[in-house]
Amino acid sequence: MEIYVCIKRVADTSEVEIEVDRSGLALEEADFSWDINEWDNFAVEAAVQLKEQHGGTVTAITVGGEDDEEVLRRALAMGCDQALHCYDPAFEKADAWAIATILAAALKGRAIDLLLFGAVSADEGRGQVGGLVAGLLDLPLVSLATALTVDGAKAIVQHEVENGLERVREVDLPAVITVQTGINEPRYVSVRGIRKVAAMDIPVHGVAELGLAAENYASQTNRITLEELFLPPQGVGAQILEGSNEEMMNQLIQLLQENGGL
Amino acid sequence: MREIFVIIEDFGDGAWELAAAARSLGEARTTALVCGAAEENQQALAKLFDRVVVFPASADGNWDAEYIAACVLPRLLSEQPYLVLLLHSNNGLDLAPLLAAKSNRPMLADCLSLEVREPGLAAVRTTFGGKVRARIFAKESSAGYLATLRPGAFTTSAPVEGAGILEGATAPADYQPRRRCLQTLTPDAGAVDITQAAILVAVGRGIEEQENLEIVQSLAEALGGELACTRPVVDKKWLEKSRQVGTSGLTVKPKIYLAVGVSGSFQHLGGVKGKPYMIAINQDPAAPIFATADVGIIGDLFELVPLLEEKIRAHKS
Ligand SMILES: Cc1cc2nc3c(=O)[nH]c(=O)nc-3n(C[C@H](O)[C@H](O)[C@H](O)COP(=O)(O)OP(=O)(O)OC[C@H]3O[C@@H](n4cnc5c(N)ncnc54)[C@H](O)[C@@H]3O)c2cc1C
Ligand SMILES: Nc1ncnc2c1ncn2[C@@H]1O[C@H](COP(=O)(O)O)[C@@H](O)[C@H]1O
Repeated sequence: MEIYVCIKRVADTSEVEIEVDRSGLALEEADFSWDINEWDNFAVEAAVQLKEQHGGTVTAITVGGEDDEEVLRRALAMGCDQALHCYDPAFEKADAWAIATILAAALKGRAIDLLLFGAVSADEGRGQVGGLVAGLLDLPLVSLATALTVDGAKAIVQHEVENGLERVREVDLPAVITVQTGINEPRYVSVRGIRKVAAMDIPVHGVAELGLAAENYASQTNRITLEELFLPPQGVGAQILEGSNEEMMNQLIQLLQENGGL
Repeated sequence: MREIFVIIEDFGDGAWELAAAARSLGEARTTALVCGAAEENQQALAKLFDRVVVFPASADGNWDAEYIAACVLPRLLSEQPYLVLLLHSNNGLDLAPLLAAKSNRPMLADCLSLEVREPGLAAVRTTFGGKVRARIFAKESSAGYLATLRPGAFTTSAPVEGAGILEGATAPADYQPRRRCLQTLTPDAGAVDITQAAILVAVGRGIEEQENLEIVQSLAEALGGELACTRPVVDKKWLEKSRQVGTSGLTVKPKIYLAVGVSGSFQHLGGVKGKPYMIAINQDPAAPIFATADVGIIGDLFELVPLLEEKIRAHKS
């Protein structure tokens, strides 16, 4: 079985103080730690498990800058067989459509059984790229998979729908599946594991190798531009308690009492 | 006049929000497209939109993105509306990008607001888990635009009561499904029913380790409430799915909601209804939960939770 998994390197910003830089279009990145997008980690694990069961190869692909190669090494350490790095100065500031166009170009003409994506990227939170690629390649799509098995020329996919319900679908292969967190338990990647794949060759494809005409590329694909990043207005919302832990908890007891919690 | 198409997912809040979003863009002729709708639901839609196009229901009667795409795409291509709107819901995620790609429309995802700025369309959305806002602009597009709406974001402008025209439509005769529904699964009822609890202590990824759950469990007991959680806690199998609150978990309506180490994603808060008195304990002053909570405590949960429990027990005895 030929499985492709599209992955992205993202900054973990859950516990850092965020500041917009002077351009107004990017964040100050000094304190960020970077890792594979949480959803994509589950997608890689799903791909590797299917390969272990059915044979074949798994190829990890990312569209990104030089440093983003790191997530491809990580995916190789998890058991992917090959990786492809789509990188070109022209790809900078790629919007979702541009990323999907690049991925579709990289995938076109290849024998594909399954094409896996994360459901959403933690930084952009669009949940868009997988579905766009499905549309561009005219493949059936199932989003938010929480279980995935392959049976001959079909995949059986359980996925999240409305009101906390899930639906089980049978989908003809080749197909695009976007993977939801919790679908499996992604294996641990050790420093040693990464070191083992350090020497593996990762081809880099730019506009030329992908057959994208450079001058057309930008005007055709960067349809959405970022105008401004800003932090949500401060001071709306919660009454923030002040004082020592002791004082804050005393106030909270009082508030709980006033509001029917005690 | 501007033409706006909306794809209907439900006949309640969702339809209303789509109508409100369409109206927020100034004068427009609005068309609702729906696959399968009972007479009364068609009438309800006709009050919100200028035209309601009703396709037959999918084979299993449920939302089926592939089937809906096959029904509505020919309309999008022939009528070329300026904008197509859907909800950024689980079902919306399964359809919107597919429609965008096939109708060659730039897609603005998960919008909190929209603004027509000729020749283009601007939107505000969140990034980085709700900690940052982004103003984005979709350039001039002769094919029109497609946008998905953050559920709950468009509730301010009440749509005008109209009397829309109903129009019956057929599914394409050559539709060949590539995916089929085998079964719909309802969540397993757990040992506890958090949907009935008056007091909930919700724990998130900030708890770090499974063993640490003990401190929030014990706080919940002291308060006489139940323990609930966010999705990552369930993904790690630290707590059962029947305790997960959110758009892919349960909807709860307690009187008191105490969120501990929870960032406050819209998918989590989407499951908290009935405007409870919400208290958030989080060490990150910029955590989005502080925008929704009534009371915020900025600090380390590992210090605060045991202290709070102690004070509650002292208060009760
Ligand atoms: C389609 C879809 C459906 C989803 N459905 C759901 C759903 O139903 N329910 C749900 O919950 N999520 C859902 N999610 C996931 C959601 O997007 C978030 O990823 C999730 O809610 C984050 O959970 P969290 O707040 O526990 O973790 P995080 O976002 O990682 O937040 C952890 C918080 O803990 C704080 N913290 C860390 N250490 C401490 C400490 N010592 N003291 C105090 N605070 C601390 C941090 O500052 C941070 O704010 C869904 C996602 C998608 C894409
Ligand atoms: N730059 C990228 N390179 C490869 N895959 C990507 C990239 N950006 C997004 N994806 C894939 O698309 C999914 C959804 O991303 P998004 O639409 O940005 O929320 C991610 O989980 C990845 O699987």
